[in-house]
Amino acid sequence: MPATAALGAVTAPLPAAAGGAPETTVSPAATASDAAQANAPGADAAPGYANDPFRLKPVDGVGQPTPGGIDFQPQVTDNGAYAYWMSNSILLPLITVISLLVLGLLLWVMFRYRAAANPVPSKTSHNTFIEILWTLIPVFILLAIAYPSLSLLAAQYKPAPKDAVTIKVTGYQWYWGYEYPDNGIPEIISKMLPPEEAAKMGEPRQLAVDNRMVVPVGKTVKLLITGSDVIHSFAVPALWTKLDAVPGRLNETTFKINKPGVYYGQCSELCGVDHGFMPIAVEALPQAQFDAWVARQGGHRAGAKDLAKPDVPAETAPSGEAAATAVGDDHANNSGERAAPATAQ
Amino acid sequence: MTTITADNAPAGHEHLQEYDHGADHKPSFFARWFMSTNHKDIGTLYLIFAIFAGVVGGAISGLMRIELNQPGIQHLVLWSQFLGEEGSLTQAKHLWNVLVTAHGLIMVFFMVMPAMIGGFGNWFVPIMIGAPDMAFPRMNNVSFWLLVPAFILLLGSTFVPGGLGNGAGTGWTVYAPLSTAGSAGPAVDMAILALHLAGASSILGAINFITTIFNMRAPGMTINKMPLFVWSVLVTAFLLLLALPVLAAAITMLLTDRNFGTTFFDAAGGGDPILYQHLFWFFGHPEVYIMILPGFGMVSQIISTFSKKPIFGYLGMAYAMVAIGVVGFVVWAHHMFTTGLSVNLKMYFTAATMVIAVPTGIKIFSWIATMWGGSLTFKTPMMWAIGFIFMFTVGGVTGVVLANGGVDTYMQDTYYVVAHFHYVLSLGAVFSLFAGFYYWFPKMSGKMYNEFLGQLHFWVFFIGVNVLFFPMHFLGQQGMPRRYPDYADAYAHWNQIASTWGYSIMLAGMLIFFVNLIWSLAAGRKAAANPWGEGATTLEWTLSSPPPFHQFEQLPKIA
Repeated sequence: MPATAALGAVTAPLPAAAGGAPETTVSPAATASDAAQANAPGADAAPGYANDPFRLKPVDGVGQPTPGGIDFQPQVTDNGAYAYWMSNSILLPLITVISLLVLGLLLWVMFRYRAAANPVPSKTSHNTFIEILWTLIPVFILLAIAYPSLSLLAAQYKPAPKDAVTIKVTGYQWYWGYEYPDNGIPEIISKMLPPEEAAKMGEPRQLAVDNRMVVPVGKTVKLLITGSDVIHSFAVPALWTKLDAVPGRLNETTFKINKPGVYYGQCSELCGVDHGFMPIAVEALPQAQFDAWVARQGGHRAGAKDLAKPDVPAETAPSGEAAATAVGDDHANNSGERAAPATAQ
Repeated sequence: MTTITADNAPAGHEHLQEYDHGADHKPSFFARWFMSTNHKDIGTLYLIFAIFAGVVGGAISGLMRIELNQPGIQHLVLWSQFLGEEGSLTQAKHLWNVLVTAHGLIMVFFMVMPAMIGGFGNWFVPIMIGAPDMAFPRMNNVSFWLLVPAFILLLGSTFVPGGLGNGAGTGWTVYAPLSTAGSAGPAVDMAILALHLAGASSILGAINFITTIFNMRAPGMTINKMPLFVWSVLVTAFLLLLALPVLAAAITMLLTDRNFGTTFFDAAGGGDPILYQHLFWFFGHPEVYIMILPGFGMVSQIISTFSKKPIFGYLGMAYAMVAIGVVGFVVWAHHMFTTGLSVNLKMYFTAATMVIAVPTGIKIFSWIATMWGGSLTFKTPMMWAIGFIFMFTVGGVTGVVLANGGVDTYMQDTYYVVAHFHYVLSLGAVFSLFAGFYYWFPKMSGKMYNEFLGQLHFWVFFIGVNVLFFPMHFLGQQGMPRRYPDYADAYAHWNQIASTWGYSIMLAGMLIFFVNLIWSLAAGRKAAANPWGEGATTLEWTLSSPPPFHQFEQLPKIA
C-alpha cells in the first residue's frame, strides 16, 4: 500500500517530515512479511503510530509517575539502580537522621532551657573541643558520601562499547528528532499526542508521543544530543538520564536498559511556550524485535554496509547517508505494512 | 559580644541626643522621603519597597498555584486576556513562562535583597557599629531610587511583546539562546535593563557597606567585636561586589547579541550558549548566599538575645560566613550538571559543593549551642529564628543530595530542586526576614507588635509553607519537571495539596501579618528602648525607639 494513502487522512499532528517523502522500500527486510498488513485494520484512516501492531503498551508504575507517588520512578538500568541505591539507601537515611537530630536538639533545648526551667543563663561561649568535633564529623560524613558519589559519576561516564546503538537526538521547538546513523534510519520526528489521542492509545496524557525512540534491551545505547534552536534537555527518569540539548554542541550519554518497556520523559530545560508539551518516550525491545523494528524503518544492522566494504571505517558517514536517501519516510514504515514476523509482548 | 562602657550605658544613651537640638530636626515630607540621605529613612523605603514587591511576587506565585491546582490549562487563557492579549493558547502558555520569570526575578532582586541588605542592613549596620550614618549617604539614596525604575521596567515588560506573547518568558536565569534568538520583541530587553539597574543599585550599596564597616566603626569596635549581623552584611557586600559585575557583563552580552548582531552565545557565530550559563552562575551561586547570609546574621542576633547568652563560638560563626562566601564562588557549575560537563569537572564541582555543608553545619550547631544553657523566651522573633534553623537544615540537607552530580542527573530541573531552594529561601531567607522584622519592628517604629498575632502568623505560615513545599520533593522524585503549566495526571495529587492547602494556609498567615502590621502601627503599645531585656546587647538597643533622626553625634565607646 502506498505510504501517501496513510498520510493523507492523518488527523493528529504529524511530523514535519510528513510531506513529500520518497516512496518507500529498498530495505532488505521489505519482503520479510506481508502478513502483518492484514493485522493492521484501518491502516489508511489513522496515523502510523496508531496502527503499529507492535507498539508496546506502557505498564502502570513503570517508566511513568504513579498517582500520589513519592519515590523515584523504578529504575531499569544498572547505573540507575546504583543511583537509586545511593539516593535511597545512603543519602535519604543520612539527611533524615541529620534533620531529626537538629529537630530533636532544638526541641530538647527549647524544653530544658526555657526561662522557667533555667532562669539564670550560663555564660559559656566557647568549647574548642566540641567546635572541632562538629567541624570534623561532617567532614568525615562527606568523605564517606564522596566515594560512592564519585564512583557513580565514573560509572555514568564510562565510554560506550563499540557495539553500542548510536542515536542522534535533536531537540526542536517543540518536539524531538531521533536519528539512527549506524542503522541508516533517517531522523524520526517525535511529537506529543493530543490528550484524546493519548487516551485512545491507553497512554498517559502529557507523556505519550506519536513516534517513540526505540532501543534494544541489554545493549548500550549511546545518545548524541544536540539542540537545533534553543537549549532543551533530554530526560527520562526511569533511565536516570538527563542531558541538555545545546545548539552547537554534541553531548554524549549512554544507558543500558535491562527490561523491555515504555519509559516516558519530558523536556527539562525551559525552551519556550511548549516546553511542557514535548515529552519523550523510549520503547525498549528485545534485540530481535529491535532488529525487526529497524528493518521496518528501512534500516539495516549496524555495520552491515561496512562489512561489504571492509576498508571503510565504521564511523564514516557515506553508508548511512546512502541508506537514508534510499530508504525514505519512516511514517509509511510505521503504518505496519512491512512488519517483521516478531510479535511484541 | 559588645560591652558598652559605663558612660555610654543604655540609660544614658537616650539622652545623648538632647545635647544637640538640631539632631532630631526632620526635613519636609518630600525632601525627607525622596531626597533622603538618612540611612534609617532609606532603610524604611527599602522595607516598604520589599513588602510591596513581595506582595506582587507572592500574588504571582498564587496565580501559578491556582493554575497548577489541577491538570490541564484552566485559567491562563483568561489571564492573558486580562493583560490585553487575544488569549490564544500559545499566548496563555507564554504567560505561564512570564509568571515563572517574574516570580523568580521579583522575589530575588526586588524582595529578598532589598529587604535584607537595603532594609535591615541600612537600618542597623551603622547603628550596630556606632556610626552616625552610612559612609556615602547620597549614594545610598541613589541605590534605592535605582530599584524603582528597575521594578517599573520589569513590570512594564509584561505588556510588550516578548516572543509568542507579551512579557519576558525566559526564566529568571535568562538562558541564551532562548533569551536571544528565542524571544523577539522588547520585553526581554526591558527585563535585562531592569537587572542592570538593580545590579548597579546593589553594587553601589555594597561599596557603601564595605566602606562604612571598614571606616566608621566607633572607637573600640574592632572587627572581631562586630555583631554577627554586621559581619554577615560585610561578607554579603563583598559577594555582591565581586559577583554582580559578572552578571552585568553576561546580560550586556545578551543585549548586544539581541540587538547588535554579536554572537557571544550563538554557536552559529562561534559563540557558546554554555558560556552564558557559566557567567550567570558565577554570579548566581554567590547570589544565593547573598540572599541567605544576612539572614544568618539576623538569626544569630535573635538567638543570642532570647537565650540571654552571648553567641556560641563567635569567631567560628564569623569565619564560617567568610568561608561560605569564599567557597560559594567556586561551586557555580553544580547548577549546570546536565549541560554536558566533563566527568572531572563534575567530580570537582560535586566535591566542592559538599564542602559548603561544613561551615553551614558549624553555624547550625553553634546556634543550638548558643541556646544550650540559656534562659530561653519564645517571643515571635525567636520562634521565627528557631523555625529558620530547622527549615534551613531541611533545605540544606537536600542541597547535599543535589550536590552529588550523579544523583542530580535525575533531580536537575525537577520539583525536587524547586522544593530545595524554596526551603532555603521561602522557609530560610523569608523566615529570617520575618524574624528580623519582628525583632526590630519596635525599634524602627517605636511601637510593639501584637505578640498573639505574631505567634499566630508564625504557626500558620510555618504550616502553610511546609504543606506547600514539602510535597514538591515527592513530585520531583516522581520526575515532574519545573516550569510546566500542565502535567501528567499522576502528579495531580501532590500539586493539589500544595495549591489548595499549602498556598491557602500560607496566604492566611500573610494576612495575619498584614493585620498585625497595620494594627501595630496604628495602635501598638509604645516600645521601650530595649524591649527584649538583658540579652539584647547590641548598640541599637541603647537608643530610643524609634531612634533619633541622627544618632551617635558623640560616638559611643566600646570596651
